[in-house]
Amino acid sequence: MAFLEVEQVSKTFMEAGGGSLCVFKDVRLHIDKGQFVAMVGHSGCGKSTLLNIIAGLEQPSKGAIILDGKEIDTPGLDRMVVFQNFSLLPWMSVYENIHLAVKAAFAQWDRKKLHDYVQRYIHMVGLAGSEHKKPAALSGGMRQRVGLARAFAVKPKVLLLDEPFAQIDALTRVNIQDELMHMWTATQNTVFMVTHDVEEAILLSDRIALMTSGPEAELAEIVDVRFPRPRIREQVMDLPEYARIKKHIMQFLKNNSREISAGGDAPSAGVLVVKPVVAEA
Amino acid sequence: MISLALLVLFLSVWQLSTKTTATGPSKGLPSPTAVGARAWEMISDPFYDRGPNDKGIGVQLAYSLGRLAVGYSAAAVVAISLGVLLGLSPSLYGALNPYIQVLKPISPLAWMPLFLYTIKDSGISAIMVIFMSSLWPILANTAFGVAGIKRDYLNVSALLQLSWFKRLFAVVLPAAAPAIVAGLRISIGSAWVAIIAAEMLIGGTGIGYFVWNEWNNLQLSSVIFAILMTGFVGVLLDLGFGTLAKTLSYKE
Repeated sequence: MAFLEVEQVSKTFMEAGGGSLCVFKDVRLHIDKGQFVAMVGHSGCGKSTLLNIIAGLEQPSKGAIILDGKEIDTPGLDRMVVFQNFSLLPWMSVYENIHLAVKAAFAQWDRKKLHDYVQRYIHMVGLAGSEHKKPAALSGGMRQRVGLARAFAVKPKVLLLDEPFAQIDALTRVNIQDELMHMWTATQNTVFMVTHDVEEAILLSDRIALMTSGPEAELAEIVDVRFPRPRIREQVMDLPEYARIKKHIMQFLKNNSREISAGGDAPSAGVLVVKPVVAEA
Repeated sequence: MISLALLVLFLSVWQLSTKTTATGPSKGLPSPTAVGARAWEMISDPFYDRGPNDKGIGVQLAYSLGRLAVGYSAAAVVAISLGVLLGLSPSLYGALNPYIQVLKPISPLAWMPLFLYTIKDSGISAIMVIFMSSLWPILANTAFGVAGIKRDYLNVSALLQLSWFKRLFAVVLPAAAPAIVAGLRISIGSAWVAIIAAEMLIGGTGIGYFVWNEWNNLQLSSVIFAILMTGFVGVLLDLGFGTLAKTLSYKE
């Protein structure tokens, strides 16, 4: 049994006219403890919706989410989300934003312990000196550092990253990705990340789930990324395997095979591809 | 600079027109110098109390502000609590909104006869008029502000599993604070307008009663000074809430 199981999850939205729109269907994805799994797909394939379902912020139309042996359907401190738009509370300072989360997670701690812990995470993401600034006074990169600190500080069982670096300029993004890698290495969190950025997915993940485009998107294949850790960006990018995986995923997104089962695109040579197993009915 | 020039122009036109027409103190409007003299007299001794019909302007203002404080605070507490409930529950909001829309435009003074009949106390009735005048703008703004809170903020509070209490004070109220304070600011103005009229009706004490009493005494210079004072207090109240709005506003 895997740590986090997405079991045959479908999401259908009711439309205003009375019709319904199936965003994705029968997604089955198992994530082991400590694994970093990315999901890549075009806009509209419902990957952010799936992330929200795992977070408990939305309900699946069919199927279930099982975390650590228990089915979950409401939000909880065992799953923290890092949002694309940061979702910091703008009336609170950096310190207060993180403190709110830490206090919620560790209610039994005394003030001193809470304070030291919050400060430790502020230092970890390099925001010492800015802890009393409001989010509006920070750059996008700094805001997402707060978002990361808030999520990691809670020590969730699963970290959910919803296109976390999409709104951050390219140079800053590289730095924050490296910081995320360090934090992940230190904590060995289980991570599910949704992204558009193929290079980011390859650099960070153990496995990459590829979605066909919606509506009725499906999980088409899962690519294994078996680079040794800890990874160093420059070294990883020089590996021949890196180029092969990147080409394969780009090809996939370009073909965007709606007709996966028709055997449209054979896996590129040398890339470890696992077709998702259709669960026994 | 221009406003100062306009003031000088206005005062001189006023002074000239009253000079040429006024033959005695009871005929026509008093001149600005007469009003100024009376104002100085009242300001220099604002807190004397010589019986029911002769109190200093400070005492009368204090009575009015006291009523305002009681009625307005009660309205704020009721309206903000109810507004938060409505804002968080779209179905309740939908069900009650038609009533709010009908009740909102009613002049708060129109309730006066009902209050006098049911409460049988003119002082409390005046406070209830203040209550009614402040209730609707605060209620409508609070419900609107809370209903419009960004999904993101509520998501954060859901992920963190904040308690009901914490969610209210750490997320809902701060997020809706700008809208709530806007409602508070609108209604302190309308409440101050309403208290003058209510006091004219109930009599006894307060700046509204003072204006009416001085009119009965044909002391127009006192009336004009009192009118200016109500405007002055209104500006101060508004400034107070302007400052509050600034401290509670936030940039996304």
